[in-house]
Amino acid sequence: MAYIIKGETGDWEVVIGLEVHAQVISASKLFSGASTTFGSDPNSNVAFVDAAMPGMLPVINAVAVEQAVRTGLGLKAKINHRSVFARKNYFYADLPQGYQISQFDQPIVGEGILVLDMPDGSSRAVGIERLHLEQDAGKSIHDIHPTKSFIDLNRAGVTLMEIVSKPDMRSPDEAGAYLKKLRSIMRYLGTCDGNMEEGSMRCDANVSVRPVGSTELRTRCEIKNVNSMRFVMQAIEFEAKRHVDVYENGGKIDQETRQYDSAKGETRTMRSKEFAHDYRYFPDPDLLPLVFDDAYVASIKATLPELPDDKKERFISQYCLTPYDAGVLVGEKENADFYEKVAAQSGDWKLANSWVSNNLFAVLNARNLSIAESPISADDLSKLITLIKNDTISNRLAKDVFEIMLETGKAPDVIVEERGMKQITDTGALDKAIDDILAANADKVAQVSAGKEALIGWFVGQVMKATQGKANPALCQELLKKKLAQ
Amino acid sequence: MTDLTRFTIAQARDHLRKKDFTALELTDAHITAMEKHRHLNAFITETADLARERAKASDFRIKNSDAKPLEGIPLGIKDLFCTQGVQTTAGSHILKGFTPNYESTVSQKLRDAGSVMLGKLNLDEFAMGSSNMTSHFGNVVNPWKARGHSDDLAPGGSSGGSAAAVSAHLAMGATGTDTGGSIRQPAAFCGIVGVKPTYGRCSRWGVVAFASSLDQAGPMTRTVRDAAIMLNVMTGYDPKDSTSAAMAMPDVEAVLGKGVKGMKIGLPKQYRPDGLDAEVGTLWDKGAQWLKEAGAEVIEIDLPHTKYALPTYYIVAPAEASSNLARYDGVRYGLRVAGNSLDEMYAKTRAAGFGPEVKRRILIGTYVLSAGYYDAYYLKAQKVRALIAQDFVQAFAKVDAILTPTAPTAAFGLNDKVVDPVAMYLNDVFTVPASLAGIPGSSIPAGLTAHGLPLGLQVLTKRWDEETLFRVCQVLEDSAKFPGLIGES
Amino acid sequence: MSLDKATVRRIAHLARIEVPDADLDPMVKELTGIMNWIEQLKEVNTDAVAPMTGGTDMTLAWRKDTVSDGAQPEKVLSNAPDKHDHFFSVPKVVE
Ligand SMILES: [Mg+2]
Ligand SMILES: [Zn+2]
Repeated sequence: MAYIIKGETGDWEVVIGLEVHAQVISASKLFSGASTTFGSDPNSNVAFVDAAMPGMLPVINAVAVEQAVRTGLGLKAKINHRSVFARKNYFYADLPQGYQISQFDQPIVGEGILVLDMPDGSSRAVGIERLHLEQDAGKSIHDIHPTKSFIDLNRAGVTLMEIVSKPDMRSPDEAGAYLKKLRSIMRYLGTCDGNMEEGSMRCDANVSVRPVGSTELRTRCEIKNVNSMRFVMQAIEFEAKRHVDVYENGGKIDQETRQYDSAKGETRTMRSKEFAHDYRYFPDPDLLPLVFDDAYVASIKATLPELPDDKKERFISQYCLTPYDAGVLVGEKENADFYEKVAAQSGDWKLANSWVSNNLFAVLNARNLSIAESPISADDLSKLITLIKNDTISNRLAKDVFEIMLETGKAPDVIVEERGMKQITDTGALDKAIDDILAANADKVAQVSAGKEALIGWFVGQVMKATQGKANPALCQELLKKKLAQ
Repeated sequence: MTDLTRFTIAQARDHLRKKDFTALELTDAHITAMEKHRHLNAFITETADLARERAKASDFRIKNSDAKPLEGIPLGIKDLFCTQGVQTTAGSHILKGFTPNYESTVSQKLRDAGSVMLGKLNLDEFAMGSSNMTSHFGNVVNPWKARGHSDDLAPGGSSGGSAAAVSAHLAMGATGTDTGGSIRQPAAFCGIVGVKPTYGRCSRWGVVAFASSLDQAGPMTRTVRDAAIMLNVMTGYDPKDSTSAAMAMPDVEAVLGKGVKGMKIGLPKQYRPDGLDAEVGTLWDKGAQWLKEAGAEVIEIDLPHTKYALPTYYIVAPAEASSNLARYDGVRYGLRVAGNSLDEMYAKTRAAGFGPEVKRRILIGTYVLSAGYYDAYYLKAQKVRALIAQDFVQAFAKVDAILTPTAPTAAFGLNDKVVDPVAMYLNDVFTVPASLAGIPGSSIPAGLTAHGLPLGLQVLTKRWDEETLFRVCQVLEDSAKFPGLIGES
Repeated sequence: MSLDKATVRRIAHLARIEVPDADLDPMVKELTGIMNWIEQLKEVNTDAVAPMTGGTDMTLAWRKDTVSDGAQPEKVLSNAPDKHDHFFSVPKVVE
């Protein structure tokens, strides 16, 4: 189901590469001992080196290195045992050193692979070009003072991983799936919290188009710093159409940096091109080559968790789930863990999937809650399934119990007990209810006798109604059949 | 009472412990000298009150038999070292008034060793220069004069304030920094000892950066022993500097007197170009002769890429400087000149804050790193630098130490205006190769010109071999019997 | 190697140093002189030479990931030529 832009001159396809800046989870910054805590008072998480005071020097954070290697391993990428930090030189108010310490021609992680899970259950591999470590910039605040911008350096020097994909994506959906998957992997690994609202994951999209069937790479535009997955997809869609329009009107695309205006749903030129950027990268002479050995990489590898792709495969084979269902469950590790707990405790993998993936997730999505904030615990959901399985409650009643669990937070057995919702499995107790209904509906009884067997279902419904749903439907059916046959 | 400024550090150390005089008396004598010789312009900032306070604390520790290695010794600190609560300028307008809230590792070590800071010493702006004429705070005057002349002479640079203050007995010792010769050349011009240790020995933390891969602090003193005493304190691994060496510094005072018997000393033939100043050449021969007489074998050696060291340096150092000095942007400290936009503020601030030589080097550095030129200049220079370092490795496979002149001439006049920057750069022709290679080097005052101006001899050894360096220096010092500056008190 | 005015203007802009037009000509001359002198490096054969990127051949030492710094906004801002509360301030940046 290829994504094609219908133009006047023909069909076009979009070529997308993504650069993701992911904030590394660590207590302190990449090159200083200042805290990385989000939302602190201005300039309170700033070491002298972060403010580029004269004579201050960078010293690398061991955890930043470890997290980069960990992420690289999660992307099945080549880990470079020797990498080099370089300075990217440019002036900006939130860049105190006048350069960003980054990595240039010798990054810590090389080529890797990321598998996209598409909504139709198919999957598709996207190449990772590289992952490198670099410093985040500070923050400029433009809207407090009429003639001044204010600078807060709390974020300056926080560790980022810049993860660059190959231009392997062909639709906004694939770009969305890429971001989702990358976020999922980093969250599994504990290397980035993936919080786009707080800016701990930011995305630049490189977009170009070409006629379907062509293999050329046309001039691309870079859309900078888009801060939600939805906006990334919208921005790409807009940008691709813009390129097609320009080409079809005989124009030419300039390579440039653009920004996405989510209110207007359009991209626009970001920087004046009066002077082209010239970053003058060179190896940072304050830092020496970053070197580690195989044993170091192996020690990190040994602590990797089961990653989403492997977990998905296991869920498919172990629980007979569809690729789609398995994909949904493994997206967040906590969701997968919750499911497995319910499956194990209830002993019913299938029911567990339907209760977790359908019922519970629907509620969580509607209420915008994470699984950790779920009003129903895995233990209680397991109990609910057990109650269904041992015929204590019917499926129909189970839905009611589930609603009450959401409202009250009580355990399902307690609810069933308190409200007398136990299924009636006693033949004697049902006999009377059935007899009453048969007596009141002689005409329908006659119709059944005349061969309209389907009406049995109607009778079952009447019995359920009369018992406030507590009748065991199977038992009901059995008794009804017997009585009607007489 | 004897003039307390006449003592060496080693002598003063002993006298203080014997309580022949107090640290406060010693400090006061130097404060008096400092104030009396303000015409030398050696200090940018005098910290007399602070010095007296620290001297009193020293006396207290001496009284309690808790004296540290440099207890009560009055020192000058080059104004490139950040000093907590004391203005630090790097000789630049752009840092005027900057008062750090931190103390450089090296000056902290000297403080912890009980020394007394007299003030902050003048230097070429951002340590870029060989004359001290680029300082925003005016040039330093060399305390030496040519015999029969009254013309003011350059003290050399960039540690010119340090050299002048030590030479004129305003301080017993001083810190210097050396990027391409900035300790050794002014030491030679002012007739004192200057030592640049192996790159990585002294922490660069808190030292205003010029060229990170070259900058190295070191002591400037009147005797080799004093340099050893200071260097022992100044060096050591600093986890705050990623380029600091995690290896123990040998006690270089302990090796003094061990001599050079059996050592092989190399004289690089490339350091004797056509037209080498005759007096400089003669002194060099004399130095070689002294070492021979002390039992060393002297041989000629080959350092084939010597000629390319200066142009290599003038790519590497400005490139690093162009980036290191980007932080002086008027935002967080120092000078700010108003502008209508951020870029205009930057450009005006930096235009007003930097002097011509600093601007020149920033522009050269920006150019050689810029798109399309990186390979031709910066990368090329890094490769030639590797060849220069290799030259030394090969040489040190044959010899224990290398002896050369420190500078091609004695001190020049402050009024001999050098218009061509390249001509000025040539001052460092003998010191720059060792800087590029990261090896230790020192300058020992070894003789006087016919006009009575000091000349220095440079000793180089392989990386981490400061022990050999000091042994050779000691022999040269003993043989030269350099008179030092008498009468400047 | 001769630098032209446009090049000098471009690098002066990259370096954010205002150069008055009147200073441009002498600056072009000086920089050209230095670059010409530097050209002699072209004579050196460096084909098989690995660049020396720093002053030492050691490798990087790592620090522990602990919060050991910061929480000192007054000290960070104490030298600021213009500040507002705990912010540095600069001429307004129009994005
Ligand atoms: Mg990028
Ligand atoms: Zn980046």
